[in-house]
Amino acid sequence: MDSARRNFLKIAGLAAAGLTLKPAGNALGMGVIVPEPEGAAGFDNALSAKRWAMVVDTRKFTAQARKAAVAACNKAHNVPDIKNSKHAIKWLWEANFKNAFPEMAGPHVPPQVEREPMLVLCNHCDSPPCVRVCPTKATFKRADGIVVMDFHRCIGCRYCMAACPYGSRSFNYVDPRQHLGQTNVDFPTRTKGVVEKCNFCAERLARGQKPACVEACRNNELIFGDLADPNSSVNQALRQNFTLVRKPELGTQPQVYYII
Amino acid sequence: MLEKALQGSKIYWAWVAALLGLIGIGFFTYLYQYSQGLGVTGLSRDVSWGFYIAQLTYLVGVAASGVMLVLPYYLHDHKTFGKLTILGEFMAVSAVLMCMMFVLVDLGQPKRMLNVILFPTPNSILFWDMFVLSGYLGLNIVIGWMVLHSENKRGELPKWVKILIYISIPWAISIHTVTAFLYSGLPGRHLWLTAILAPRFLASAFAAGPAILLLIMFVMRKAANFHVPDKAVNTLSIIITYAMILNVFFLLLEMFTAFYSNIPGHIHAFEYMFVGSHGKWAMVPWMWASVLLGVFSLVLLIVPKWRKNPKTLVAALITLVASTWIEKGMALVVVGFIPNPLDQYTEYAPTLPELVISAGVYAVGLLVLTLLFKIALGVRAEAANA
Repeated sequence: MDSARRNFLKIAGLAAAGLTLKPAGNALGMGVIVPEPEGAAGFDNALSAKRWAMVVDTRKFTAQARKAAVAACNKAHNVPDIKNSKHAIKWLWEANFKNAFPEMAGPHVPPQVEREPMLVLCNHCDSPPCVRVCPTKATFKRADGIVVMDFHRCIGCRYCMAACPYGSRSFNYVDPRQHLGQTNVDFPTRTKGVVEKCNFCAERLARGQKPACVEACRNNELIFGDLADPNSSVNQALRQNFTLVRKPELGTQPQVYYII
Repeated sequence: MLEKALQGSKIYWAWVAALLGLIGIGFFTYLYQYSQGLGVTGLSRDVSWGFYIAQLTYLVGVAASGVMLVLPYYLHDHKTFGKLTILGEFMAVSAVLMCMMFVLVDLGQPKRMLNVILFPTPNSILFWDMFVLSGYLGLNIVIGWMVLHSENKRGELPKWVKILIYISIPWAISIHTVTAFLYSGLPGRHLWLTAILAPRFLASAFAAGPAILLLIMFVMRKAANFHVPDKAVNTLSIIITYAMILNVFFLLLEMFTAFYSNIPGHIHAFEYMFVGSHGKWAMVPWMWASVLLGVFSLVLLIVPKWRKNPKTLVAALITLVASTWIEKGMALVVVGFIPNPLDQYTEYAPTLPELVISAGVYAVGLLVLTLLFKIALGVRAEAANA
């Protein structure tokens, strides 16, 4: 929800509280909580959930599907193509099993699993360390579980990057706009000096669209849905398959599940 | 009292001019970084904090260490420190200022710095670090100034200042504890995820900080006829010795836990630091230099004959500062990021602009220190002549 709309609702809420002569605390704005619509509403057809989650079915993935998903994400979010790997911006990218799950790597991983890279992204943790450490609330968890970034509030201290145990965050060491091909006008470009990462396509959900990577995978390689809905596709996939999450021992409670 | 900073010898003015020159070069280099982005540094996606944040960490220790003069004097009536506490307080002022500037030059969007205050976030340790550092800065400015002021007026120290001094003692511990918490509460950064990080920080701070102060006092003794009582030097060097022993002991404790438990994540960082890993070994020569310098300084400090000899003591102090600076001002922060969360090894080295900007920040700190010490010496000289 954009801030103008949020402020308008706050003012409207305050006015309403004043008009109905609510207790003084409320009238002073102390207890006034503006109920946020589920999901990032704004459109009638917005997709909403109580808890968004993703299942990555690594068995189904082909190299082509992975490339398509990454390309769709980069295009949707104006992710710059920076050749210097030290300055690279990554939202969704390919990693080998031994890198995605370093604690489980070993000599007896099936060759298929060892060879085929898998997609990694922000895990939209239930207990996100990045949110815990951010000194400005520039990164925060929404009611529907998505961990998002406010690019305009971020001061670029990179504490969230130190805190994220998945390497899912990137910092704009250089001006990203110099490294963009075509710009997607539906999503902001960024300035140098701020952190960014996967946002589960919050902006697309608000328009009633599935995440770009999910849409790009034609074969249900990526499953996206509401964990709170027992009949959702993610819940079905989780019921029928044994899944892994990355570094569960850290207590971050990742919400991206892997079928290996 | 301020006017005392404006009277000085040619050497004094040359020193001030040199610092101003460095500050200017640092400032213009910062403008370059500001316009190009932090890409001009050696930082990367994997090693996202480096030289700047490491200096912050080291200097918080230097700032906190002023308490090693204040505490013995005010809580234990260790009289020989009476004339020296002011130096500890002023050194703290200079060090905290440098800390704040190192955070500032590390920010990607410095213009938005005030967001930390506009959107206060108590669950962030950085918020508390800002809080304790600015509090400590305020305390030391007020205390230092009032101590000097009462000396100038040959009066008693007002009671409220004494209360502030008592507050400043645990506050000094807090700044380094909170700075350790920046690191030691992060899941998945094994080198930092240790409950003894705060004690380690304090131990190395209480070794290195007083060592730096003693070295400065020796310089002042030569350059400005500053009187340092031998007894004070002895006590301080004993404090430094114990703190350094604790520092090394704590580091060995970390290694025991890492290697005896044999948990890969805990071993990796130490392996990378001391023998290299995956063909990457940039830190190895530095770490062994740190070990050798540390052992050398400890030997000189532990043997009473050498600790009491000014020449060997100076050698011990210099090597101690170098050793702890490599360990804390270079390795600890950077190696916390190596390997990265995906078990990949990306190395880091500061670039020239990064080093020049850092030199500029250090020059600001030294300039502040010079002016404050000059004022203190001026007040002392006047009192002695009166």
